[in-house]
Amino acid sequence: MSFSKEEIAQRIAKEIKDGYYVNLGIGIPTLVANYIPEGINVVLQSENGLLGMGPFPFDGEEDADLINAGKQTITTLPGSSIFDSAMSFGMIRAQKVDLTILGAMEVSENGDIANWKIPGKMVKGMGGAMDLVASAKNIIVAMQHINKAGESKLLPKCTLPLTGVKCIKKIVTELAVLDILPEGGFKLLERAPGVSIDFIKQSTAGKLIVEGEIPEMRLD
Amino acid sequence: MINKVVSGAEEAIKDISDGATLMLGGFGLCGIPENCINALVNKQVKNLICISNNAGVDDFGIGLMLKQRQVKKMISSYVGENAEFERQLLSGELEVDLIPQGTLATRCLAAGYGMPAIFTPAGVGTEVAEGKEIRNFGGKDYLMEYAFDADFAIVKAWKGDTAGNLIFRSTSRNFNPVMAMAGKITIAEVEELVEAGELDPDYIHTPGIYVHRIFQGKDYEKRIEQRTVRKVQ
Repeated sequence: MSFSKEEIAQRIAKEIKDGYYVNLGIGIPTLVANYIPEGINVVLQSENGLLGMGPFPFDGEEDADLINAGKQTITTLPGSSIFDSAMSFGMIRAQKVDLTILGAMEVSENGDIANWKIPGKMVKGMGGAMDLVASAKNIIVAMQHINKAGESKLLPKCTLPLTGVKCIKKIVTELAVLDILPEGGFKLLERAPGVSIDFIKQSTAGKLIVEGEIPEMRLD
Repeated sequence: MINKVVSGAEEAIKDISDGATLMLGGFGLCGIPENCINALVNKQVKNLICISNNAGVDDFGIGLMLKQRQVKKMISSYVGENAEFERQLLSGELEVDLIPQGTLATRCLAAGYGMPAIFTPAGVGTEVAEGKEIRNFGGKDYLMEYAFDADFAIVKAWKGDTAGNLIFRSTSRNFNPVMAMAGKITIAEVEELVEAGELDPDYIHTPGIYVHRIFQGKDYEKRIEQRTVRKVQ
């Protein structure tokens, strides 16, 4: 059975290590914050200028001056800091942020990512996505393996306009966890419970590398 | 001490004329210069080039200027919250230059630091790189991006003093300090204006040298774009 969005987020949360500074994109990545393992100290960066993002405020305690990059009202935590947008992307560019988690429409077998523009549709803009993918040393992409029509979004080559090139090394989808190898290709690491390797093969248009036993994804 | 205080938004923007290039601080609707935007709407200046991370919403922020077709071109990183914007863009009435958010901020920073250009990896290998110079440093490609050249920067701060020093509050800081540094003329509207000497010099975010005009704004709405709350357990 394929994973829900929450389960994808839960699986990605297991990649977060103690002491990490983490930037979470909009969509499934935002949900990762709900599953950070207990006992692990993580500082969330919001690229509009905050380190130490806390949970949503209680009803009535919203502060219009305190939002995240998704424009949602949030809170700060002890140890938080505030800075301007240039410094925010400065720390991203300088690779001070340990882990970036973002969504994608397509990823290619050489690590290219497309997540900002669909030709013929209203273009909203790339926001901070191009800066993040170009600079982050450690990016995990949370995405759907196949679209509603059953077509693969893990491709030999992206068809949509690119956000960044050769920058993605790990992907978690509703079907699998995969690494992108430096020489190219999606290396299958784990599969969702009950999902067959054959189905993952069918669902991956790009080069899929399967070696040895592929364990099922675990959330605990 | 040089006194930079003006009476209000109207006086602050009095010499902004058709075709001017403006920087407007804020992220989403957070930390936008509400008073000056309203004054620009009333003044009905046209053909403006606006550099701002976002373009407001239909009935607030830069959206109000778009509605009156005062904007010729938007230079932004994300413009997704505005139906009138979309209509003008699709009909060709409005130009838009979408640039990565970090590039936008750093092009402001470069202007304020007196540097003509920056090198950034953002956009390498994408359509953003088209026609731009690429340099390789340490085995990695970087795009050359120019510092912005804006006639006016209009920012919103929490507190300011009569010498033009500014302090921002929480994440309404965002683009405001870097834009404040980048304008040929910088206009700051603040929630609370105090006499020089009342703000601790150690806590100033933007030194007054960057600010040419300052006033205490009024009737701040501070609209929230996405009100998200959690339940009391």
